[in-house]
Amino acid sequence: MSRLSRISGVALALVGAIAVGGIAVHRREPVNSLWIITAAVCIYLLGYRFYGAWIATRVLRVDPSRATPAERLNNGRDFVPTHRMIVFGHHFAAIAGPGPLVGPTLAAQFGYLPGTLWILVGAVLGGCVQDMTILLLSTRRDGRSLGQMARDELGPFGGFAALIGTLLIMIILSAVLGLVIVNVMKHSPWATATVCGTIPAALAVGLYLRLLRPGRVLEATLLGVSLMLVALFAGGWVDHQQALRPLFDYPALALAAFVIGYGLCAAVLPVWLLLAPRDYLSTFLKLGTVVLLAIAIVITHPQIRMPALTSFTDGSGPLFGGKVFPFVFITIACGAISGFHALIASGTSPKLISSEADVRLVGYGSMALESFVAIMALIAATLLDPGVYFAINTGAGVLGATPEAAVRTISGWGFPVTVEQMRALAAAMGEHTLFARSGGAPSLAVGMASIFGSSFGRGFLALWYHFAVMFEAVFVMATLDAATRVGRFMLQDLLGHAWEPLGRTSWYPSVLFASTVTVAAWGYFLYVGVIDPNGGVNILWPLFGISNQMLAGIALAVATGIIVKSGRPRHALVTGLPLAWITLVTTTAAWQKVMSPDVRIGFFAAAHDLAHKLAAGALTAERAAIAPQLIFNQRLDGVLTILFTTVLWFVILDMLWVCARRLLGLPLRSLSEAPYRPSRLGAALLEGHP
Amino acid sequence: MMTLRARLGVLWALLRTLSGDDAYERYRAHQALHHPLEPLMSRRAFARDAEQRKWSGVSRCC
Repeated sequence: MSRLSRISGVALALVGAIAVGGIAVHRREPVNSLWIITAAVCIYLLGYRFYGAWIATRVLRVDPSRATPAERLNNGRDFVPTHRMIVFGHHFAAIAGPGPLVGPTLAAQFGYLPGTLWILVGAVLGGCVQDMTILLLSTRRDGRSLGQMARDELGPFGGFAALIGTLLIMIILSAVLGLVIVNVMKHSPWATATVCGTIPAALAVGLYLRLLRPGRVLEATLLGVSLMLVALFAGGWVDHQQALRPLFDYPALALAAFVIGYGLCAAVLPVWLLLAPRDYLSTFLKLGTVVLLAIAIVITHPQIRMPALTSFTDGSGPLFGGKVFPFVFITIACGAISGFHALIASGTSPKLISSEADVRLVGYGSMALESFVAIMALIAATLLDPGVYFAINTGAGVLGATPEAAVRTISGWGFPVTVEQMRALAAAMGEHTLFARSGGAPSLAVGMASIFGSSFGRGFLALWYHFAVMFEAVFVMATLDAATRVGRFMLQDLLGHAWEPLGRTSWYPSVLFASTVTVAAWGYFLYVGVIDPNGGVNILWPLFGISNQMLAGIALAVATGIIVKSGRPRHALVTGLPLAWITLVTTTAAWQKVMSPDVRIGFFAAAHDLAHKLAAGALTAERAAIAPQLIFNQRLDGVLTILFTTVLWFVILDMLWVCARRLLGLPLRSLSEAPYRPSRLGAALLEGHP
Repeated sequence: MMTLRARLGVLWALLRTLSGDDAYERYRAHQALHHPLEPLMSRRAFARDAEQRKWSGVSRCC
């Protein structure tokens, strides 16, 4: 290491230590978000420079002289050696999803500290390591997928577990995202009109790219982004027309039906018409908004108003029940470590890597940036008055029916808030009400609007709020479409074993059937979430977190198994320790969700309690009507939780079996690495080099 | 030292590659260099082929 690099490393460590120290001494008084931003950036850079580099050279033994699949199998289409900054951009765009925006917002009920710590520690020691390791392992295996690697290296069970796990995550993810969108549009004509307006915008882009100018992505994006801004302003105009407002003012159930119908259309319509153009637009909007938000946070550097720790760490939190351990980890999920990323890191990205040396930037670097997005979402949630934060995010069932009752409930928790304050805030944001808008998205939009508003003009708060809503909606719907489509493919793959024609991805009856089943599956969870008086997010998000962490566990188990098989058992701790932690957290959370006698935590306890009340006639007629569905859903969620945990443990046992055989010197499947071939690529010859 | 014009040119090229705007040009260059005798897909056919590949696997995360 050169002297300059050493000096800058020491400087980074110093600045980081000062920032962390700053947060530590500012207890009992508001801390400025700039401390958190500084500490985060320093920790990512240190992790990248030292831990990431050490893993790349010592554990993964990255070899720049080795030809990558992009070079060996170069076909100018999917295998293309590409400049590392371009791969970084593609990889980040693919892994960045709505999870790191929602999770930290919900986890803020524990205070800003637990979430911040896990986002930073979990990413640097867990998430970044997982993404980089899987990326390298897949690059060494011709870009094979996580499921294929699990099958080749551990055995057929591992591959099957990865497939089932992914399919279930897709379903839970789509349901929870649908719920987030419904809660944003509920009785909000502006938001509903704008979100509806983005659909024709996507269609126009699809037609433009298909019929007029194929492949001219930038022109089409310019068209699409302009149309979306038109939708934003048109929504505001609709909101002021008394005749038009009722046309876009719907209760949650109607909006859920709309989202389900939309999901089905997106799944059966040709990709080029709706799915692909929406994806382009969402990527641009996403990257643009993330950059804008980072700039705005640095400009305004707001005070964090949420305390470091709230009394809800004891498990009594109103957003969702459960103690800070293990539920802060389950709730943050994607912002620290996301199993889903392993699918991307073993998908398109390894086919573009031109040199093994690039895996640190692409794998470790992208995840660090993604984790930074989670930190920004946490800041946007915690800069709100805690009273306001709880008023927006708590379900109506907990808050009470009237604004006065809600305000009493929240003030009773020690977070004063008034009806006037909430009314003025709703009016400033151009909304009818902001009480009980759970799901995380409305509160994030309020936070983003106040950040944007104080950086770029206070007068446009309502516009910024709905811009944030549009950003979230486009983002969420693009993920919803993509997840439904992947779910459909996986289902067809499974059904094809039963009856061959069902496995044909281009046979229309099969497409229609598999799409309907996939949409019905997530539509069911969305429906129950909407009718649930507690908002539904309190049930679905922990379930999603557990499923996502289970997939991370599978990915880390595959990585650990391969490192041990390569004959370096001590180095396997690099992925083995995060695996142990993830397993501990997921299993504890699952245990509590299944076994806890507390009705706010245990699925079966809640089902039992509701069944008891129903039988005793203690419910109002309205609640009694939906109770059987809620009871069934709680039991189903309990069974799913058991399934997730069992799958994870089987994969871990499979991995431990492989490791034991390796250490005892018994025969094993050999490593499925592609043989070494020297690289002939000079950096200047790279295609796509700017 | 690069002139401002050259710098903007680099940025523009980067943006085009990142968004996939120049994917067809890159494919054409690749074919000309490595497989000059193979038939070349039209821009339209290439765009369809790229879409097909992109949307038959996991391409987006939570």
